[in-house]
Amino acid sequence: MANTTARVAPARTQKAPEAGALVNRRKRRYTLLTRHDKILIALMVGIPLTLDVLLVWGPTLASVGLSFTNWQNIGPITGKNFVGFKNYQFMFSGYTLFWPAFTHNLIWLAWLTLIATPLGMFLAVLLDREMRGTRFYQSVFFLPVVLSLVVVGFIWDLQFAPTDGFINNALGTAKSSNLIDWLGNPRINLFSILIATSWRHIGYIMILYLAGLKSVDPSLREAARVDGATEVQTFFGVVFPVMAPINVIIVVITAIEALRAFDIAFITNQGKNGLELLSILIYNNSISEASLVGFGSAIAVILLLISLVPIVAFLSRVMRTLA
Amino acid sequence: MSTIAASGPRTVVRKASRRIRPARVILHAFLIAMVALWLFPLFWAIFASLRPYGDTVMHGYLSWPANGLSFANYQDVWTQAEIPYYYLNTLVIVVPGVILTLLLASMVAFCCTQFSWKFNLIVLLLFTAGNLLPPQVIIVPLYWVYLNTPIANLGSIDIGNFSFAIFSDNNLLYDQYIGIILIHVVFQTGFATFVLANYMKTITKEITESALVDGANVFRIWWSVILPLCRPALAAMATLLFTFMYNDFFWALVLLSHGNKRPITSALNNLQGEFLINYNLIAAGALLACLPPIIIYILLQRQFVAGLTLGSTKG
Repeated sequence: MANTTARVAPARTQKAPEAGALVNRRKRRYTLLTRHDKILIALMVGIPLTLDVLLVWGPTLASVGLSFTNWQNIGPITGKNFVGFKNYQFMFSGYTLFWPAFTHNLIWLAWLTLIATPLGMFLAVLLDREMRGTRFYQSVFFLPVVLSLVVVGFIWDLQFAPTDGFINNALGTAKSSNLIDWLGNPRINLFSILIATSWRHIGYIMILYLAGLKSVDPSLREAARVDGATEVQTFFGVVFPVMAPINVIIVVITAIEALRAFDIAFITNQGKNGLELLSILIYNNSISEASLVGFGSAIAVILLLISLVPIVAFLSRVMRTLA
Repeated sequence: MSTIAASGPRTVVRKASRRIRPARVILHAFLIAMVALWLFPLFWAIFASLRPYGDTVMHGYLSWPANGLSFANYQDVWTQAEIPYYYLNTLVIVVPGVILTLLLASMVAFCCTQFSWKFNLIVLLLFTAGNLLPPQVIIVPLYWVYLNTPIANLGSIDIGNFSFAIFSDNNLLYDQYIGIILIHVVFQTGFATFVLANYMKTITKEITESALVDGANVFRIWWSVILPLCRPALAAMATLLFTFMYNDFFWALVLLSHGNKRPITSALNNLQGEFLINYNLIAAGALLACLPPIIIYILLQRQFVAGLTLGSTKG
């Protein structure tokens, strides 16, 4: 745990300067390695790297290439399959599901960033003190994080179901004519599944943020208290600014989570009728409902480009500490 | 100075909390309300799963159980949906998946942190970034790779109606246990490498150096020097990877076609079609499916949380 927080907040660890000095002294090249050792290192890195390139980076680049073709997974790809930007043109102007899906992804991102993530951070701040039951509270809020989104979907189905769900029965609308179809009505179903998603997301953010809060130097808070700052003032004036690197990581993680959303929308209604997402359009167009490989890849490229923003932000933050 | 910083604030806090402050009471009231909100969906699912279907049809779900509660739904779903069979499917995928991921990731992390060579940071970057991509970005070409990679068919290990092919019963990666294991291993190796590299960075290079001087080769140092030192991180990662792989839905959905190879999480999806609107039975199935991760969480909460905060990249 100590070194985790050290990574998130490099400013504070007692070990850091000592360890740093050691590493610096050791910057010289290894001469102890034999040829045999060098071959071993090449294999130990090479085998996993080959797999990673073949199954992750290769397909990523292939997606980009395929997005300029009209290939449908039949026969070889020839020059005739090359269609330039046609897939993109159709996606932006002809394909009616693209902009709704894009908007849903944006709403997903906004909901998590503006509602769920701050709530998780808020719970973390509340629980980061010596208080009776703090571990119990943490365990409860974290519990949904260990569940798969499929199970989360089922559990919330029991709340949202139109005639048999808890919410409509509790509201007394289950048997009336103005029954609220939480998961079926395309105007509200996105928000219903966002509530279910948040149930899981909030606990996740809470735990991450708690780890960050624990790494804040207690003497900073003490100094603020001595100066007569209230708890709220201390948090926003001292703790929050010190936590800047973690705040960034939390937002980035939230964005990545929002972009890879798939499972819960898919099991609710296959991602239709108000629950379209870019990830689901890729799957539907290229694999399940049609084999428009080129077109699905074009959607994948858009998702990739959007994802690169948080990924690059994350890497530039984190690699500084790994280097 | 340092002693004040270490012990000062804690004692202050303790003293302050001894008298009952209204702020504390409000805080607890709020937290207890949140806890109730958090647990309610779960309790409701348990409640529904314990009620006979006929009872809920008669009186609705928002009613006091007239005929008492029973485990009948669990028994039904256990046998009708063949839950044990799907548990086994999951086990066959997750256990090798976790072990292989930890082996590969610890090798890469070891080589990239204990030795400085030209591309060690770039390699770490590739692994970390690969894991952050949405899986749907790579799925279309990956699907093609799975349909076009020839794999040997060397028979199978059969246990009752369960059959584990060595390595593929259709000569492809597609629709095979090893295919699913492979993508889990490759995708999660990115995450595990990143976390383990962070951990190994704190191990001084002197250990590796002196082992080299003593004549141990690199492989030996990784296995019998570095891995034992990383036990806490490996335990945390194993817990986390188990849950990630157990909870996977997407890879199994796309890369398996036969229902009988599905792990329990994606098999659950078929339950919905099979039992239509029998919510009681579905609730029982869902709760059975999430029991193993919950048990792991209760037993190994510390590892779990440590793993997440070590990596803090995904969930």
